[in-house]
Amino acid sequence: MSAPLIEMRGITKSFGAVKANEAVDLSVAPGEILGLLGENGAGKTTLMNVLFGAYAPDAGEILVEGRPVAIHNSADALAAGIGMVHQHFHLAPRLTVLENLLIGIPGKSGRIDRARGLARLNEIGRQYGLSLDPNLPVSALSVGEQQRLEIIKALFRGAKLLILDEPTAVLAPSEVDGLFAALRSMATQGLGIIFISHKLNEVRALTHRCVVLRHGKVAGRVDHPAQTTSAEMAKLMCGHEIVPPTKEASSPGAAVLTLDGISTSGHAGTPLRDVSLSVRSGEILGIAGVSGNGQRALADVISGMLPPRAGAMTIAGKAVARFSPRELQALGLGRIPEDRMTTGLVTNLPLADSMVLPRIGTEAFSRKGLLNPAAIRAFAEEQIKAYDIRCPGPMVRAGALSGGNLQKALLARELAFDPKVLIVSQPTRGLDIGAARFIHEKFLAMRAKGCGIIVIGEDLEELLMLSDRIAVMYEGRIAGTLPSADATVARLGLMMTGAGHTEEAA
Amino acid sequence: MFRLEARTSTPAWFNLALPLLAIAATLVLCSGLIAIAGAGVVDAYGVMLSASLGDSYAITETLVRAAPMIFTGLAVAIAFRAKFWNIGAEGQLLAGAVASCFVGAIPMPGYLAMLLMALAGAAAGALVALVPATLRVKFKVDDVVSSLLLNSVIYYALMALIEGPWKDSFSGYPISPPIEDSANFPVLMEGTRLHLGVIVALIAAPLCWFLIARTTLGFRIRVTGENPEAARYGGINVQRVLLSTALLSGALAGLAGVGEVGGVHFQVMSDISPGYGYSGIVVAMLARLNPLGVVPAAIFLAAVMTGAEAMSRATGVPAFLSDVIQGTALLAMLVALLFTAYRIRRVGAPA
Ligand SMILES: Nc1ncnc2c1ncn2[C@@H]1O[C@H](COP(=O)(O)OP(=O)(O)O)[C@@H](O)[C@H]1O
Ligand SMILES: [Mg+2]
Repeated sequence: MSAPLIEMRGITKSFGAVKANEAVDLSVAPGEILGLLGENGAGKTTLMNVLFGAYAPDAGEILVEGRPVAIHNSADALAAGIGMVHQHFHLAPRLTVLENLLIGIPGKSGRIDRARGLARLNEIGRQYGLSLDPNLPVSALSVGEQQRLEIIKALFRGAKLLILDEPTAVLAPSEVDGLFAALRSMATQGLGIIFISHKLNEVRALTHRCVVLRHGKVAGRVDHPAQTTSAEMAKLMCGHEIVPPTKEASSPGAAVLTLDGISTSGHAGTPLRDVSLSVRSGEILGIAGVSGNGQRALADVISGMLPPRAGAMTIAGKAVARFSPRELQALGLGRIPEDRMTTGLVTNLPLADSMVLPRIGTEAFSRKGLLNPAAIRAFAEEQIKAYDIRCPGPMVRAGALSGGNLQKALLARELAFDPKVLIVSQPTRGLDIGAARFIHEKFLAMRAKGCGIIVIGEDLEELLMLSDRIAVMYEGRIAGTLPSADATVARLGLMMTGAGHTEEAA
Repeated sequence: MFRLEARTSTPAWFNLALPLLAIAATLVLCSGLIAIAGAGVVDAYGVMLSASLGDSYAITETLVRAAPMIFTGLAVAIAFRAKFWNIGAEGQLLAGAVASCFVGAIPMPGYLAMLLMALAGAAAGALVALVPATLRVKFKVDDVVSSLLLNSVIYYALMALIEGPWKDSFSGYPISPPIEDSANFPVLMEGTRLHLGVIVALIAAPLCWFLIARTTLGFRIRVTGENPEAARYGGINVQRVLLSTALLSGALAGLAGVGEVGGVHFQVMSDISPGYGYSGIVVAMLARLNPLGVVPAAIFLAAVMTGAEAMSRATGVPAFLSDVIQGTALLAMLVALLFTAYRIRRVGAPA
């Protein structure tokens, strides 16, 4: 292998008492894809922010092509050939793709050189198979396209090393394939890439070498990720074995949720067309499908955000009349939204407020319009303890929690009231193995207690592991339902494309 | 080199430090203007201070001026908590003044009159505030624009009233008939204008704090303001919360008008409010939308207003400085609010 493109030596960075990075060594060669693994909070983002100049390290040095360099800000980093695609994008939504690329790049006599920008954009498109319509405003781009724009932006500025911080967390599986193809093509053409993820199958499929961080330190290095098992890597990440939860056989009881001929309209996504399904007590029903085939509408109808145009729904045998969140909750429905930050929580208010929000008007937390602050606080403290939610306390801003802890908080707020039915969307998106494992265990425990659960998800392996039956959605309909025992990733994949209908009384 | 870095949390003492910082910055910035006007900065501020807070009479005058701004400040603070952008406290105040003047002119026992004046004024303010709120909830009309424009509508309606049916036929002045003497709010301290309405304003602030912090309606207002989508998902009727907030906010602004009629002017004229409704926005921002902070913020602005007149007389600096200070204080506070989300960090010299 040739001389390293970049090398980090003995990097240490603390935030107050937290050592986010401790004596970390890492190097990337040209043409190499390095995986950077670790659970949430392991220090991956911090390390990359040090490399990109956002934080000054307390100790350690950075070498670019063998020469020590001082990187104080992103301009220095870009000058040194380091580009970064952050977890949260930095784009101007009202400007077009081309304008975003040209921000901060003066042309001749201070004017913006559109023609040259366009030429360069086309060149990058040809070279790496990354294309975008230069005249579209960023606000019209999907998340995947925005990410592509961020990558193009880095290449545009001459990056020789590209850092991607959890790029797949926001992508649908089909988009992941496109991203990987582009990254492989960049590597073949001599770019170095640092790929951050905690999804082990992705890391094994894409990277040439891995560095695993745990509590800020290098916990191990993997030289041949493709030949290493996920279990071995998971052990390096968590420090202990991760055993998949065991699913006890269950004997489902009566139907706790039924949908009969539900159709919707007036919704941004694909509407539902004549959807009927049922979930029984003690049963987990998985809903699979390529995203955008009506899963959003299904979740919204069941959780009371979208009254249907036609059809009927029952919860625990009682007909739903108004399809309001309050009515559904009162009937015994628990809900965990797909978007934790925007739909689930109020990030600027104390965590405790988010944890009691859906039930603030009940006897548990208020009487005659007066809040019971002691009860609210006690409830939050109790759940924080019971679910091991890592946070300074119930009064901390909810937005300060990590994704896994937020998800635990949302789970706690619903499960505390023993729902008869639970609907969840993308329950472990963005969570690390440990947190995902915790969520899975809770679902299985609820199933054992007789709760009926609907899991809407894109991760087929997760659905197969949790569900008793799996229904596949296609263009707003249920394309078919299979008992998990008969389902395989391949078979579900086929049904998700609309082929191979398998009808069974759902 | 300095740069801004995002904060993960905001320390609690910022709630006090930021307004004080903004006020200090305002006084420093405005001292430049005083110097340009040819007066000594220390002298000018000294006159302002002694004229507004220097003796017990000055203090009562400042409190009398603060009362309407406490009400409008509370009105704005509660509205902004729900992100109902009520810029219409001025119009709501005027509506409250007109309604209470109508009621106060009807002969009846004093305390009944005062009670009915308050109810009528609050109801009038609430109804006016309901207009932009309804337009927003039903038709997605921008509430900043509609509530602001409504101020002019109410103002000219008031003018039409005092130039028309209410016009004093004897003197020809555009003023309403006075309210009954028995409806005049009792004065609490002999020889001053400190009236009952001031006490009501001082009591209203902690009540509003209680409402926001300790009731389910307050909880719903806070949650709706911070994240309407999460509120709706959590079963809150967001539209109803916005309408309730508007009613509450308008009623508080209406009470500001009631106090001016019942306690200060005893009738309605065109300049019954020197922009107390707009000052309420400054007050609410300085208070960081905390109802308890509204009281000191309103007293500060009132002191500037009373002090500026005395300063003008003593030093020749135009009394308009009071308006400049208000505007500067708002801008300084908006800049100071940046520090709730960011901190300034020193970074190494550029390479
Ligand atoms: N700006 C910051 N201020 C204080 N603590 C921070 C900051 N950024 C990260 N941390 C802490 O440093 C640790 C590592 O975080 P991070 O690098 O974001 O981890 P990862 O990206 O691996 O999930 C965590 O404990 C986190 O809470
Ligand atoms: Mg991270």
